[in-house]
Amino acid sequence: MVGVSHNKSRIVGVLALQGAFSRHQNVLKELGVATRQVRTPQDLEAVNALVMPGGESTTMSQLLESSEIFEPLAKRVKDGMAVFGTCAGMILLAKKIIDGRDDQTPFGAIDIEVQRNAYGRQVDSFEADIDVDSLEKPFHAVFIRAPRIASLGSQVKVLAYCGDDVVLAQQNNILVASFHPELTNDIRLHELFLKGV
Amino acid sequence: MAKNEKNMTGSMVVKRGLAEMLKGGVIMDVVNADQAKIAEDAGACAVMALERVPADIRRDGGVARMSDPEMIEKIQAVVSIPVMAKARIGHFVEAQVLESLGVDFIDESEVLTPADESHHIDKFLFKTPVVCGATNLGEALRRISEGAALIRSKGEAGTGNIVEAVRHLRSIIGDIRKITQADSAELFEWAKRLQAPLPLVQEIAETGWLQVPLFCAGGIATPSDAALAMQLGAEAVFVGSGIFKSNDPAPRAKAIVEATTHFRDAEIIAKVSRNLGAPMTGIGMDNIQERFAERGW
Repeated sequence: MVGVSHNKSRIVGVLALQGAFSRHQNVLKELGVATRQVRTPQDLEAVNALVMPGGESTTMSQLLESSEIFEPLAKRVKDGMAVFGTCAGMILLAKKIIDGRDDQTPFGAIDIEVQRNAYGRQVDSFEADIDVDSLEKPFHAVFIRAPRIASLGSQVKVLAYCGDDVVLAQQNNILVASFHPELTNDIRLHELFLKGV
Repeated sequence: MAKNEKNMTGSMVVKRGLAEMLKGGVIMDVVNADQAKIAEDAGACAVMALERVPADIRRDGGVARMSDPEMIEKIQAVVSIPVMAKARIGHFVEAQVLESLGVDFIDESEVLTPADESHHIDKFLFKTPVVCGATNLGEALRRISEGAALIRSKGEAGTGNIVEAVRHLRSIIGDIRKITQADSAELFEWAKRLQAPLPLVQEIAETGWLQVPLFCAGGIATPSDAALAMQLGAEAVFVGSGIFKSNDPAPRAKAIVEATTHFRDAEIIAKVSRNLGAPMTGIGMDNIQERFAERGW
């Protein structure tokens, strides 16, 4: 697989087990990037980077196992594949999940502890403008039954806050957001992710 | 990096947002906390809390109403996935009660006995997203114009028979396809024929899809049924009686979840369909007394 990360042949995968994967794919298409839905180990082999969308993290955890994709994905993440996890995707990339299911294993790809549904039920879901490091204008962020980053290690770079909470963070090849950049027509965060791919 | 400004809750973006998060998933009807746990364990992306599954409502007859708040709260207490609950068509007080309970999605459902014979709930008045059933595109657009954040095909709940859901999905999606081919003058005629607001019809012509996600409900009993709905264009599925009226609910629930994800992969669907025991018996359309799908206007 050496050399596949060459820009012209790059394919950005979107984990399509469950959740808002088609919306991510739309944003990537708008950016002129070749994309592929990832549901099997074979799909995963064909991509150079991956977006892990929002949805139900417990559902995705089950499907990662039953689709036999957890192990190969864990290996790709460890080998340095760029991954952008939003909401449920962020939960799965974390080192530790708070209020998750007992049988839910995260990838431990970024040194954060994440609390599921930390802002409450759907009636508490909200929109807010946030300032993002390196972006000139604020980003309109949509939080749906959102997880909260409860703690983060010293190697994790904070890229945005909402109130007192870190909502966008990065560590090496891993970018995570507790909100949904795929639900607004703003392509800047996907652009930011692709720069690192 | 500045601290945040004011947060906005209950907007259309936030309400449709939750519907987006449920895509590719299975929403399962449950009548108690034990079933809710089985559903979550099997990988459901949400549960629908109700007192009787549609098959039992059909059998028992009488007036079907919103569930007991205590029963809904017990289910909320045992699962971490979204919990939905049903209000009767037009019964906005039941919807208010469900919102006060913190239900994540309200289903204004034809499975319950309608409370109003000409008006649906004004769904813009709620912070909680509301899903409505539809048998055709006109009905779907009328519900969207009332503020529905999600549309599901009605199918014929409690029958274990997929034929009506297929009819409704084909009707809705078929008309969407035709509208994308129509010229601007024809769109006026489409709006008239569908009895739907012209701007919504024009928007479909432009985007090629509904303003909100489209899920399938009513009659799914097997993994293949779920995959059929998905291949026809549904973006997620509701399974009502099909799971807990079958012989062995847990493995069937898990199999339907896997088939919904891998809906184009016949080998996986075959694999998960093995040894599931008997599905719910089901009934033919000629043998049903009352069509729930005819409720709603």
